[in-house]
Amino acid sequence: MPKEQANWSPYDNNGGTCVAIAGADYCVIAADTRMSTGYSILTRDYSKICKLADKSVMASSGFQADVKALQKVLASRHLIYQHQHNKQMSCPAMAQLLSNTLYYKRFFPYYAFNVLGGLDSEGKGCVFTYDAVGSYERVGYSAQGSGATLITPFLDNQLKSPSPLLLPAKDAVTPLSETEAIDLVKTCFSSATERDIYTGDKVEIVVLNADGIRREYEELRRD
Amino acid sequence: MVVESHETDGEFAGGGLGHTSRSPIVTPVFTDMVSSQTESGLLSSEGESQRTQYPYVTGTSVIGIKYKDGILMAADMGGSYGSTIRYKSVERLKQVGKHSLLGASGEISDFQEILRYLDELILHDNMWDDGNSLGPKEVHNYLTRMMYNRRNKFDPLWNSLVLGGVKNGHKYLGSVSMIGVHFEDNHVATGFGNHLARPILREEWKEDLSFEEGVKLLEKCMRNLLYRDRSAVNKLQIAKITEDGLTISQPYSLKTFWNFGAFQNPTVGAEGSCC
Repeated sequence: MPKEQANWSPYDNNGGTCVAIAGADYCVIAADTRMSTGYSILTRDYSKICKLADKSVMASSGFQADVKALQKVLASRHLIYQHQHNKQMSCPAMAQLLSNTLYYKRFFPYYAFNVLGGLDSEGKGCVFTYDAVGSYERVGYSAQGSGATLITPFLDNQLKSPSPLLLPAKDAVTPLSETEAIDLVKTCFSSATERDIYTGDKVEIVVLNADGIRREYEELRRD
Repeated sequence: MVVESHETDGEFAGGGLGHTSRSPIVTPVFTDMVSSQTESGLLSSEGESQRTQYPYVTGTSVIGIKYKDGILMAADMGGSYGSTIRYKSVERLKQVGKHSLLGASGEISDFQEILRYLDELILHDNMWDDGNSLGPKEVHNYLTRMMYNRRNKFDPLWNSLVLGGVKNGHKYLGSVSMIGVHFEDNHVATGFGNHLARPILREEWKEDLSFEEGVKLLEKCMRNLLYRDRSAVNKLQIAKITEDGLTISQPYSLKTFWNFGAFQNPTVGAEGSCC
């Protein structure tokens, strides 16, 4: 008797797009607030962004239940870290933790597509980009989620990333000012919203810099 | 990239329950013989999964909205067995503790099991006897964790839940699906309600609806579902939860209109008809 097939899937794609851009002394992390399933919109006002530590903010799209579970696991691990080390986790440390957490479920993955943004120990902006099973890399900017394919080529054009083949290694962080970077992010989202049905409603933008953390919203097309 | 999930309540692949049930194969195990047949006998433990494969008795949509004083929720009283409407007095709206109201669609037996779990949760909360009680936000979180953990074990509770309530003046309305997808909003719906009721609510819901306006809005949605959802029955309950408490209405029916011109003398002018 052949093995029976399940007629339900443990995964769903709740859509959405996430973007992060690293600057010389700031980091911008943004995600839309639409949550969908199939061709329906479940809600127009759901945050995909989670502050994991003082200097680490994660944006995740994909399967929302897995995203929420991942956020909870990382928040819990950070709390333990604080108890044990009497300090906040640095962004590169959180980056490694996220990678390990994702790989831990290598054979039943978190269907989450993450970008981690923050400030490194020198106060410079850093962005880490991930796949669903924990493969990661520090970059100057990144987009993940349903609109990533629309946004990434645009960011490549605008942010002129230096070739990784150059020696000495050139900085990937953008020389743009904070205001210019935020404006760029808004442009990314309004363009992605035009063509990606899963992106829209609102974009939530979180900015991390030496003064702290702030959040702003921008309306997007709701169709 | 859309991962289609096949778990919409009440609608499942295979078109009803006309299939023959797969009974476990019980054969004696011969220790001195190697069976040349495939799995049965020696490998019978591998054959049958005890996990949920598909729902049997299902409820259809639940709709919930926030209004001025709290939450209003509506659900019909049907329990379908595939394409048969087997039960017509199923209460799909239930109280949870002092501050919450739970509505469920999907497998009715799984809903009953959820109520048993919640019963125990509320009991233990009361036994602390510390004056604190679980609010709707906490109950929603508990349900989310429960549904997600069952999904992780590949043995889901086949329900889509709506959890609403008021505590200390704060209104809360949330939804959880069978795989743990959850969110809160001013109006939520399960199953077909997402397709037929949410668009009406997006257009006509507003902040601080009065009780009468809220009921009228829910009835408009339920009527739409009655016309277009084949598993809907014309016997529904509306529940209201406010800071003061919970009321679930007596079952009642909606007025429907079938007097459209095209339905009168439908065969007029047709080939082979009398007129």
